[in-house]
Amino acid sequence: MIREPLIFEISGKGKRAFSLPELDVPSREDILQGLPVRENIEGFPQVSEVEIIRHFTRLSKANYCVDEGFYPLGSCTMKYNPKINEKIAAISEFVLSHPYAPFDLVQGNLGILKTTEELMNEITGMDAFSFLPAAGAQGELVGMMLIRAYLEERGNPRKIVLIPDSAHGTNPSSAHICGYNIQEIESNEKGTIDISSLEQNMTEDVAALMITNPNTLGVFEADIKKISEIVHAKGGFVYMDGANMNALVGICRPGDMDVDVIHLNLHKTFSTPHGGGGPGSGPVGVKRELEPYLPLPTIKKSEDKYILDFDRPKSIGRVRSFFGNFLVVVKAMVYILSLGPRGLKEVSEIAVLNSNYVRKSLEKDYFLKYTTPTLHECVFSDKFQKKHGVQNIDIAKRLIDFGVHPPTMSFPLIVQGALMTEPTETESKRDLDLFIDAMKQISKEAKENPEIVKSAPHSSYVRRLDETSAARSPVLRWVEKK
Amino acid sequence: MYPDDFYYTKDHEWIQVKEDKATVGITDFAQKQLGDVVYVEMPKVGTQLEFHQSIGVIESVKAVSDIYSPVSGEVIEVNTDLNDSPELVNQDPHGKGWFIRLKIGDETEFEKLMSADDYEKFLEGIEE
Repeated sequence: MIREPLIFEISGKGKRAFSLPELDVPSREDILQGLPVRENIEGFPQVSEVEIIRHFTRLSKANYCVDEGFYPLGSCTMKYNPKINEKIAAISEFVLSHPYAPFDLVQGNLGILKTTEELMNEITGMDAFSFLPAAGAQGELVGMMLIRAYLEERGNPRKIVLIPDSAHGTNPSSAHICGYNIQEIESNEKGTIDISSLEQNMTEDVAALMITNPNTLGVFEADIKKISEIVHAKGGFVYMDGANMNALVGICRPGDMDVDVIHLNLHKTFSTPHGGGGPGSGPVGVKRELEPYLPLPTIKKSEDKYILDFDRPKSIGRVRSFFGNFLVVVKAMVYILSLGPRGLKEVSEIAVLNSNYVRKSLEKDYFLKYTTPTLHECVFSDKFQKKHGVQNIDIAKRLIDFGVHPPTMSFPLIVQGALMTEPTETESKRDLDLFIDAMKQISKEAKENPEIVKSAPHSSYVRRLDETSAARSPVLRWVEKK
Repeated sequence: MYPDDFYYTKDHEWIQVKEDKATVGITDFAQKQLGDVVYVEMPKVGTQLEFHQSIGVIESVKAVSDIYSPVSGEVIEVNTDLNDSPELVNQDPHGKGWFIRLKIGDETEFEKLMSADDYEKFLEGIEE
């Protein structure tokens, strides 16, 4: 395969991708006279239209996406995103709405935000939602800021946030940015929170417990009610990371587990595009007592119309320009309404069933450190393969040769050589079997012909990349070779 | 493998004492588990550390992990060579790959740490 050149390398002086008719209005020079206008940008690529189109089309073919195949990236819920979501969100009335439009002209949009808030309240059992956070990590930070604001108002923001070692990886960072010290809670042999360790660590210095349920092992924290009780007894809050909500929708509700704050990832559970195809959206849901602190603005129904409410003195303030990623919310609403309550429940049921089918099919080939029943994802490891010198990264790279995106690697940290696998509900039995067969084949190769695994991928656009050099001395900017 | 004059923690840090000062790093086992280290974040000189307080972050191609202070004390020196050469942690974890030097706060805390023999036994009990 020929390596696609950088667009800078295709560049040729004077080439352009547009041609304009002769000017019949004042020229740029006249309008911008006297202003500091840059004549040219050094190194800016000059290419023709056909070169641009071919360059990016070729690059897109080197990409891998959920529209192309199986994408079992654990805790990321890389489900297929139904095209009806995109179709509705592309309606010009949505796309062309101006964020500064008067309220009266965008009542429909505000109504969508309010309706989706009510849907999320019903799904999660919370009392109010803000759709402002632009992604999951911002949702976490906002959630922690709400807790801090509540505690500060009562005179003591407290110092510590408890985080289980099986929690989502961004939690410690969010709590830290919010000014808290992190105390890790160890998992027990079942892979769940150790109650006695929690009791020991839960003091009146603790602002909150950040819990991911089901956790990153895919295990449901069945003691969640007891956990919430322990935290609440000392005046702390229970924050739930909703990253793994795809296992619970329509079956049980965080609000009923006495969770005080939750963030959801619309780009996971609610089928809006994820990763580079985003943007994301990380709405935050709260119980009534934290509602006054939600970011500005909230949406209120006043008489027969929706208004934006800025008159909220306890609010933590603005966290995002305008109304968050509005079109993402539209897509999530379309998803919820097109499935309905029964459809959403089925999503979770099939997600759990698919994951357990994969787990059962591969448990003899790949080591499972925790044998506790799991929901929507399970964490294998490379323990069996390591005997032959094959590590999780080699297995992941070899999967690329089978047309499958690798699972999440080396996380959670409590499983050495982890391969965190989440198939989601959108995969058919046929596609699951293709993955299972590929994994079995790789396990066999690890024994019989480990070199083929260790030197993978063999069929991809690029071979094994030097990730260490890329991280130690990253080249972040193109520089013309003199 | 593991120097006799070091103390060790369950989080795989080592600490070597010379009079009232001590040097801290991570063990050979830890660097092997982490894989190629690409970045190390360390505390400022003068930081007062509590027992088992996070002193920084180590980032490898696989994961990002906290480093904990084995004992309490004041940071008196950090290994600035790691800024440009994080690979020293992989190449020489018990030597040139050290992280910080401490002025020891409370000597009794060493009772909570492991000897080289204890640490090697501890490693045997850990799933590889």
